[in-house]
Amino acid sequence: MAHALRTKRTLIYVFCGILTLLSILPFWILLCNATRSVEQIRQGLSLIPSDSLVHNWHVLMNQGFNVWQGMGNSFFIAACSTILSVYFSAMGAYAFTAYNFKGKKILFGMMIGLIMIPPQISMIGFYQFMMRLNLLNNYIPLILPAIAAPNTVFFLVEYMETVYQPDYADAARLEGASEITIFHKIMLPIMKPGLATMGIFAFVASWNNFLMPLILINDQAKYTLPMLVQLLTANIYRTEFGAMYLGIGLTVIPLIIIYLLLSRYIIGGVTAGGLKE
Amino acid sequence: MNSGDSKESKVEARGHFERYNRYGYYFLLPFFIIFLIFSLYPILYTIYLSFTDLAGWNTQSNFVGLKNYKSILQNQLFLKSIKNTVILWILNFIPQMGVALLLAAWFTNMKLKLRGTQFFKVVFYLPNVITAASVAVLFSALFSYPMGPINMLLIKLGVIDSAYNFFQNNWATVFIVAFIQFWMWYGQTMIVLQSGILSISESLFESARVDGATDGQIFRHITIPLLKPILLYTLVTSLIGGLQVFDIPFLLTKGGPNNSVLTITMYIYQQAFSGNRNFYLAATASVILLLISIVLSVLMFSVFKDRTKVGRAK
Repeated sequence: MAHALRTKRTLIYVFCGILTLLSILPFWILLCNATRSVEQIRQGLSLIPSDSLVHNWHVLMNQGFNVWQGMGNSFFIAACSTILSVYFSAMGAYAFTAYNFKGKKILFGMMIGLIMIPPQISMIGFYQFMMRLNLLNNYIPLILPAIAAPNTVFFLVEYMETVYQPDYADAARLEGASEITIFHKIMLPIMKPGLATMGIFAFVASWNNFLMPLILINDQAKYTLPMLVQLLTANIYRTEFGAMYLGIGLTVIPLIIIYLLLSRYIIGGVTAGGLKE
Repeated sequence: MNSGDSKESKVEARGHFERYNRYGYYFLLPFFIIFLIFSLYPILYTIYLSFTDLAGWNTQSNFVGLKNYKSILQNQLFLKSIKNTVILWILNFIPQMGVALLLAAWFTNMKLKLRGTQFFKVVFYLPNVITAASVAVLFSALFSYPMGPINMLLIKLGVIDSAYNFFQNNWATVFIVAFIQFWMWYGQTMIVLQSGILSISESLFESARVDGATDGQIFRHITIPLLKPILLYTLVTSLIGGLQVFDIPFLLTKGGPNNSVLTITMYIYQQAFSGNRNFYLAATASVILLLISIVLSVLMFSVFKDRTKVGRAK
């Protein structure tokens, strides 16, 4: 019996080891090839970095792959939408948790229904509408909609139910605090862990968003990082492999670092929310 | 969710602080205003456009009734995009669910005393965080012809004699796209299933083990039945997510070869933003996608009710 158990355990470790390689190897090859010369890449696969990083960097920059600008643009959009999404979702979640008002159940039910409606469905009307408002090539359509994030509200309602106590609000009211002050001074702080989790997800989702910027933004100076990646499929990179790998690498490395730093919150968030972004 | 509010708290709220309840509306106002402007209106506008002939850079259009619906349901490319989307989803979902279930069952099995499960979770979830656009371009490089790392590796291992052009073959491309989707999502599904299994009372497993049940029996007769709501939930969210697949096939091969990985969302994008800019067809396809999603959402909603009941019961 004990022997069978040990065998089983070994097999599981082998299986998990293979999956681990599968997760890491593509990124490792990417990083190695980003430092290798075109010649070296042509000669064969290697898992050891080489010395052509600077050369690849120059090739990439000469192609107008403006990675800093792309990062700046992506960061600006992601940061703004994260702040809006987290703040207003917290407000909505507080409304659902703390107040009893007519139609609350219907509104909440509506919101749950919205979680599953993908944005692609309204893409055509959205584009035409933004064109009429003269908001193409503008970041507003990429940022403002973040205020209505049903899945974030939903997660925060579930979170609020575990930490909310009516007494806090009532005590503050007796001292004359206004409702918005109670929200800012008492409720936001007690929601902090939940807000952090949802903030990370909102940021990553906005940072990785490709389709919406693709249809709305034409001006290359306004390209987000995922849109810049698109430029790496151009013909020049069929010969300049190293530069192409470096270009992808530059978009991937920041995410890997942030993920490794915040993995505990991210995994915790997936566990608690169980929602696909 | 809030139906669980106890009687006392309602009475209490009705008493002293009832007049504050209108703030519930104020605090929800920003959400619903933005929702109306940026979601509901565009959806209604899309539906409206599906009954017109809007195309190109025109701003004026004519009402054409159900004409677009009749023509799109006979449009071979659109029907193919539905078929492709479903095939890609099935090829990704079955292995994804299988692997995720196995891992979740192992990682929660106390008897196995596995180490490093936290590490594995972090590693398996990693691909999900990375920009899909970058992943697509990375895989197109890895599988590229004739000098891609995969080709060179397969030649070195003696699997093939000369480089193989994966992206010239319909099924090879379909499998690569399905594999990438699997690779990006099985970690996520595993974590969700694992938290589901952990919410099942450990005493159930223990008493089954005392009665001499094997791991396989426990898995089939306890884990799976009790996990049903979460399995259904995963199924529906994955299906709705599957309907939206765009980034990976778009950047990998633009849908080719022979439109074998052209998905519904790619069809909508192509119709509206390339060539003749046929917004009317794109809008019609969007409405059909909306109808499919609504059916799935309703399903989802009933599943969800079950899920909260399970949560309450524990």
